[in-house]
Amino acid sequence: MDSVFGLVGDGFAIIAADASAARSILVFKHDEDKIMELDSHKLLVSAGTPADCATFNEYIQRNLKLYELNNDVSLGTHGAAHFIRGELATALRKGPYQANLLLAGHDAQTGVALYQMDYMAALSKVNFGAHGYAAAFILSVFDRDWVKGMNVEQSLDVVRKCIHELKTRFLISQPVFIL
Amino acid sequence: MARRYDQSTTTFSPEGRLHQVEYAIEAINNAGTCVGLLCTDGIVLTAERRVVSKLLAPSKTSEKTYTIDDHVVALVAGLTADANILINQSRLGSQRHMYKYQEPMPVEQVVKSVCNYKQAYTQYGGLRPFGTAFLFAGWDAVHGFQLYQTDPSGNYSGWKATVIGQNNQAGKSILKTDYKTENKVEDNLKVAVKILLKTMDSSTPSPERIELSTIRRNEDTQQIEHYTLSDAEVGALIEDIQAEIEKEQKKEQASTGDI
Repeated sequence: MDSVFGLVGDGFAIIAADASAARSILVFKHDEDKIMELDSHKLLVSAGTPADCATFNEYIQRNLKLYELNNDVSLGTHGAAHFIRGELATALRKGPYQANLLLAGHDAQTGVALYQMDYMAALSKVNFGAHGYAAAFILSVFDRDWVKGMNVEQSLDVVRKCIHELKTRFLISQPVFIL
Repeated sequence: MARRYDQSTTTFSPEGRLHQVEYAIEAINNAGTCVGLLCTDGIVLTAERRVVSKLLAPSKTSEKTYTIDDHVVALVAGLTADANILINQSRLGSQRHMYKYQEPMPVEQVVKSVCNYKQAYTQYGGLRPFGTAFLFAGWDAVHGFQLYQTDPSGNYSGWKATVIGQNNQAGKSILKTDYKTENKVEDNLKVAVKILLKTMDSSTPSPERIELSTIRRNEDTQQIEHYTLSDAEVGALIEDIQAEIEKEQKKEQASTGDI
């Protein structure tokens, strides 16, 4: 039930996630930050079963930190994306993590990149992506309004359109989004 | 005195030394010389191929130079059988990294993984250390062209230019005078061959006894190219060096003669 989406602009990426933590008919809080900073240049956000999402995110964050400490260099976005996918794939036939992820990162050499992964360990490098029920609404907005090389203002306009669409048409009320 | 503490790898001597490891390092000093030179646009690698008998079938593959991965090459000095195990380990480590991260393993990490494997044999298991030293050479996006030397203890160090194996001290002194960090691959090919000619204990050097190769990076294709020079090319270099050496000797003789 989480709404999670992201897009790539000119030298930057934006990730947005709704800030509601809820179960069944009760909303616990409206200020849950689901976006995790993996390091100074990477963001990871996941949608799905809350416990799996939180555990998996922390697991990835700690493993990437370990790599950086052991090897004196942090893993790039491409390497991190494939590492994460590998973890999802290995767990898939044991005890799958029910987490759908968006990974955004920036490397000095390759620039900005956005990767979309789902709980079955499918991985794609994308210009924009979304998970959850919201994807049905948000991807249409992106299809129409995303163009390559937008600046921050233009991208935020598109993000506002997405949020407006959800507030108008999505059954579940998600009043607060964190970017 | 050392006798009592040198039988087992896992015992320190009273002076705090591991004699088995030191003996293993000694074994390398009798092995065929290996030279590695870092250049501004690549790396030059050369090694002496020992021919113990004319009856030996000429090797179809390299004896001293091994490809670890597309971007890493290793020169071997020491026990060949030990080296084969370690070469396999380093190849495994490199491919595992590629499988996990879908990108080439940085050179230092390849070296570290082999060295950690070697270190285990100096601390537990009761097995002897590997009697092999390597020169690992390669390119990665983190640090560009790199050259590393490893020894049986599991230590490794990065070098701009180094020599291991027989007569390495003589080789290193030539490095001090002839090696320049600004050199390109072309220049260092000569330096490498010159060093081998001095360290080889043969007065008739021939291309079959020298393995000479270069590592370069093609800017257009972004591929690492490991090129092994043919016998003809090596022969030409040998002739050039020998001619230069003769000229220098004649100059010396002439100058001393005047006085």
